[in-house]
Formats: sequence, C-alpha cells, structure tokens
Amino acid sequence: MDTEQLIESLSEELTPVRPLLPPSLRAAAWLGATALLVALGVGFTVGLHIFSERIALPRVACQCVGEALTAVSAVLAAFMRSVPGRSPRWALLPLPGCVLWLAASGLGCLANGWSLHGAGGFVGESAHCFAFILGASVPLAAALFLVLRRARPIDPLPVASLGMLGVAATAAFVLEFFHPFDVTVIDLTLHLAAVGIVIALGIGLRRRALAAA
Amino acid sequence: MRAAQSGERSSYERLLHEITPFVRNLARRHCRHPHDLEEMVQETLLTVHRVRHTYDPGRPFSPWLAAITQRRAIDILRRRRRVSRHESADAATVETFAAPGANQELEAVRSSEEVQSLLQQLPPRQREALEALKLRELTLAEASEASGQSVGALKVNTHRALKALRALMQGREKKA
Repeated sequence: MDTEQLIESLSEELTPVRPLLPPSLRAAAWLGATALLVALGVGFTVGLHIFSERIALPRVACQCVGEALTAVSAVLAAFMRSVPGRSPRWALLPLPGCVLWLAASGLGCLANGWSLHGAGGFVGESAHCFAFILGASVPLAAALFLVLRRARPIDPLPVASLGMLGVAATAAFVLEFFHPFDVTVIDLTLHLAAVGIVIALGIGLRRRALAAA
Repeated sequence: MRAAQSGERSSYERLLHEITPFVRNLARRHCRHPHDLEEMVQETLLTVHRVRHTYDPGRPFSPWLAAITQRRAIDILRRRRRVSRHESADAATVETFAAPGANQELEAVRSSEEVQSLLQQLPPRQREALEALKLRELTLAEASEASGQSVGALKVNTHRALKALRALMQGREKKA
C-alpha cells in the first residue's frame, strides 16, 4: 500500500474523538482520588496517632515529605510523558523527592547505628513492610495504568517506569501510617527492593498494560 | 487537527497530505533509503491516526507531530537492527541434505510448476526477495539495488517468504 492509499483509507475510517484533558489535570484527578482513598483507608483503620507521633521527628518528617514528593512528581511526570510532544526532561522531576527520601531514610539508618536488626529480629517487621508496599502497589498500579492507557503512549518505557515509581512511593508513604518504628538498614533495603520490583513489573507489562500505540 | 478530531474527513485528508512532506523530511534525518523512509512516513501517519485524541488544540501542532515521527523512526531503526543481528541471508537455506528426513519439506514439492504456483501465493515483496536471493542468487547489495528494498528488508522478507512457503507446503501435504 502506498502512502496515498494509506491517507485515503485513514480518512475513510475517521471517527470523531474527544481530546484528552491536559495531562496535569488528569494527574491531579488521579492523585486527588488516591489521596481521598488513602485518607479514608487510614481513617477507618489505624488513624493518625502513629503518624503524628513519628512526624514530630524532623528526619521522619523529611522522609515522609520525600516519599510524598516522589509520588506526586513521578505520577505527574508519567502523565506528561504519556502524550507526544512533552519535554523528555519531565522524567527528571521526581529526582529531588527521591534524593530527600533516600537521604532521610539513610539518616534513619545512621541514627540506628546501621543496625542490621529490624524491629522483632533480623528481618522482623521488614518482611511485612515489603509485602505492604507490594500489596498496596498492585491496586494503585492497576488504577494508574487504567487512566494512563487512554493516551496510548508512543514510548511506554518512561511512562511505565515513572508511573510505577509514583505508585511505589505512594505505597511507601502510606506505610508510614502503619509503621511505628524507625527505619533500619534491612528495612530500607527491603523497601527499595519492593520499589524496584514494582518498577520492574510495570516495565515488563508496559506494552499491554498501557495499550502502547 | 481540531476539525479532524471532530470527524471531518475532508479536513483530515488535507491535513495528512499537508503533513506528509514535513514527516518525510524529519524521517530523512534518520534514514535515506526510500523504502525505509516510506515505511517511517506510513508508520507515523498510522500513529497520528491512533493517538489523534492526545493532541491538545490549545498547544502547537508541530512538536506533537515531530515527537511521533521521531519515535516511529527510532522504533523502525531499532527493529531493523534487532532483525539484522539475528538473521542473515544464508545461501544454504534451501540446500538439501543427505539424510532423507531432512529433505521432506523441500523435496515434497518437485515440479517447477508447483514451485511457481506456491511463489505466486506469496506477498509481492517477499516473492521478489526470495527470487532475487535464492533463485537468481544475487548478492544482498545487487538484490537491494534491483528491488529497491533495503538489505534489512530483503533479509526479513526472505525469512518471511521461506516461513510462508513452509506453511503453504505443509498445507498441501495435509490436503493430499
């Protein structure tokens, strides 16, 4: 088929489409809905008492801000990269949040004397944290992919990796409401492993999950 | 583009005609071979069609179109590289072997009429590649010049032609 024939057949099969809302609005809607669900979930389960005690520590507060900043900026960047013509530099947006998150978590490990023992033994509660991040990421990832796939990204790799970073950071932030102890090396390692697994799974499923064009 | 999003066919057809030279010029930065270039143009037009709902009428059109063109050009070049890394024109592909079992597929078709009729069932580009490389025994460069297909495209089409021939022969055997 030559290009002229292709143009003819594309024009013949043209149907009206509704333009997508700007990616910033779509990101804000997704983040708003997620924040509402998290607030309801936390409100009906553990409440704010663990979180309000821990957030009084500046280091923990920085860690939470880092996680939240990573979550918001990575999700926004994923929406931005899902439509053609937006700057590839959007992918750098989550960097400051990530640096703050890792630095504050590293300080937490330092404050614990680089102890290899988590609360309740060598791995202790860390395994639960690992499972929590993975478990919470699954519905969040499904919901995010469902919204992102409407754009049919032409380059799904950055969209999937940024989106999954946002999802894993959201899950890590939510974990703070259920995590009544300080972070240890084992904790941090397992948190990062869970984040890595979520991103890797997202990348592996990107073409189908995002209906890449 | 706004008119195209609302379903106006004549506006859309005019738009596709108008953007084709722009797309071709951009694609030329990645590739100069006419066949690959046209493939990039067509893939870009198909993608424009698929993602036309992502164009924001409040934003400039050319960065949106340029991003799609560049992405498709990169995808096609990567695909070519991947295929040419794993496939090569093997002159011995249709060679027969001493063991009778090894020749079952190829020697099931004996008469030249039968071969010709099978070849006629192949898509034109695959037939052209197979005839040039395997029947006329041209080199890849000669075949590329004669057919206008790139070396990568020739390798791919030869591979696909052989696969299609094998399927056609198996189909005949089953019928028989």
